[in-house]
Amino acid sequence: MSEKTLVSAISDALHDEMASDDRVILLGEDVGARGGVFKVSDGFLDEFGEGRVIDTPLAESGIVGVAIGMALRGLRPVAEIEFADFIHPAFDQILSEAARMRYRTNGDWGCPMVIRAPCGGGIHGALYHSQSIEAFYAHIPGLKVVMPSTPSDAAGMLRSAIRDPDPVLFLEHKKCYRLIKGDVADEPFTVPIGPADVKREGRDLTVVTYGYDLHRCLEAADRLSEDEGVEVEIVDARSLAPLDTDTILASVRKTSRAMVVYEDNRTYGAGAEIVATIAEEAMFDLDAPIVRVGGPDIPAMPYAATLEHAFMEPEPDQLFVRMLELARF
Amino acid sequence: MTTQMTDATHEALGLSVDDLLSMHRLMLLARLIDEAALRQNRMGRAPFVVPVSGHEGCQIGTAWPMRRGTDVWVPYYRDLGVVLVAGMTPEEVFLGVFSKAADPSSGGRQMPNHWSSRRLSILSHSSPIATQVPHAAGVAYAMKYRGEDGVVACWFGEGATSEGDWHEGLNFAAIHRLPVVFVCENNEYAISVHQDKQMAVKDVASRAVGYGMPGVVVEGSDVLGCYRAMKDAHDRARAGDGPTLIECKTYRYLPHTSDDDDKSYRSRAEVEQHRHRDPIDRFVAYLIARGLTDHDRIQAVHDELKAEVDAAITWAWDAADPDPASVGRHVFAEDDA
Repeated sequence: MSEKTLVSAISDALHDEMASDDRVILLGEDVGARGGVFKVSDGFLDEFGEGRVIDTPLAESGIVGVAIGMALRGLRPVAEIEFADFIHPAFDQILSEAARMRYRTNGDWGCPMVIRAPCGGGIHGALYHSQSIEAFYAHIPGLKVVMPSTPSDAAGMLRSAIRDPDPVLFLEHKKCYRLIKGDVADEPFTVPIGPADVKREGRDLTVVTYGYDLHRCLEAADRLSEDEGVEVEIVDARSLAPLDTDTILASVRKTSRAMVVYEDNRTYGAGAEIVATIAEEAMFDLDAPIVRVGGPDIPAMPYAATLEHAFMEPEPDQLFVRMLELARF
Repeated sequence: MTTQMTDATHEALGLSVDDLLSMHRLMLLARLIDEAALRQNRMGRAPFVVPVSGHEGCQIGTAWPMRRGTDVWVPYYRDLGVVLVAGMTPEEVFLGVFSKAADPSSGGRQMPNHWSSRRLSILSHSSPIATQVPHAAGVAYAMKYRGEDGVVACWFGEGATSEGDWHEGLNFAAIHRLPVVFVCENNEYAISVHQDKQMAVKDVASRAVGYGMPGVVVEGSDVLGCYRAMKDAHDRARAGDGPTLIECKTYRYLPHTSDDDDKSYRSRAEVEQHRHRDPIDRFVAYLIARGLTDHDRIQAVHDELKAEVDAAITWAWDAADPDPASVGRHVFAEDDA
């Protein structure tokens, strides 16, 4: 067991997968000599060589499209999109090609590949280095979308993603990269894609969340326990597609109160799907209306600290108030 | 570097008489399947078909140097001739036309002519244009990475060359000197839009210089010229000399698809003029002039293939439709797969 940051856990897991399987290759912008703008592949070029650590042209659709071809020919490409904000030129390759390859060939061809993309705000990234993109992609059948937010989950889920027979969009919240530390087992364990994880058990209220918001919700929940004696159960959705509705619904049925917290624009966000699922399946188990907390419906996160802060609300103290209101409804 | 190809003889190309007769046979088979498929559409038995007539020379010619079992085929929807060379049968083609469960390309999920077969190393493609070009580069990268002898060939129309994916695929292939050949079947029209509105250059092949690869222009109705251009490019790819862009100047006689009305954008006189440069007629004239066949034998081949196509239609029409209960299958890998 070693304590690692989220980014070092991702780096180590990717390194180990590359070391143990020569089908795994990394391609993307600045992944070679620079070692990635977040240093995920620092030193990889020297260790694995140019054939396996490919500095690509600055062309996101091409990165994903080339990775699809590699996957079809038996490799296990890990395509890095430098910032999730830049992934949109590759949307067609992900939607029309990678995610549909198996379905459109009636199971004849598969597309085992991982697309890694650092996402999320709160790091002074402004409109084009802060976006949440998960909702666009979680809408696509044939594509798995995950956002682990602890070092252990990130390491285990990245290994699962690389070994998965189908395409996986692996989202890494940048705010968590160096802020979040945790113990990671040294052996090459996996965390399956699909199951949600109850990160904190509680009896009074269920909060379903993911990404950086997971940690803000955990902080608020700890204070609620200390100050008010309210025990909040926190469900880390971590796999948005497929979504583990069983774990979410089991928690809601236990606590009879549900709140969903996500950083993305509120409207049509992943939280809307979670809320809809709870409303459809657990309406009569609820003692209070479902609360949905999402980002504002403005085009993107602005740069100035005051504006960025306004987008990233609610802070844990505000979450504290919202949770307490729901618990006492 | 852009090269203009001129008339080629089979002796100089190292092609046997058997090769020539087989090439002619597949060109004619493509034509007969095409005409029959359109009749099936007009009879109301096939909602949608994609004509190929006029492209047989460049398709058979550029596909012929490819090695089954070793090389990888990345066609687009007009490439009936290409997939016949790759090994797809008329029965399989009509399973696709009638969207039957046993359609090898997609089990009736995609429109006809969206070719695929893992067994034949034919990559699956979609309807958005040029998306298969970076895939071809990726397959070629994997082959080179593993030290395989294989070559990838990727076909597309001239309209595809306007897409970003086309540029990104060629650029990546050239940077890594990948074993891939890009073949443009330039028939002057992207559905209705003429080449003049698609690009400011006369030859797609002239763009090759921008990627650092050779560009070759060849007359699409000259099957042997197309063969030679592809053989040279295939040899270059195998030798580790990287990709080539081949542009075949061709023409489609029929509408873009069975849903298109080409009278709205081109004259009958223009179409008729191109029919006088028919790739099959031109090749038959070559074969007869060299005493390799005669009109009676050509007619016999025609009759035999016609019967084969008719039998394929009858057989495929009676094949099972996809089971509605299967609509949710193969979204992800299945445990029992």
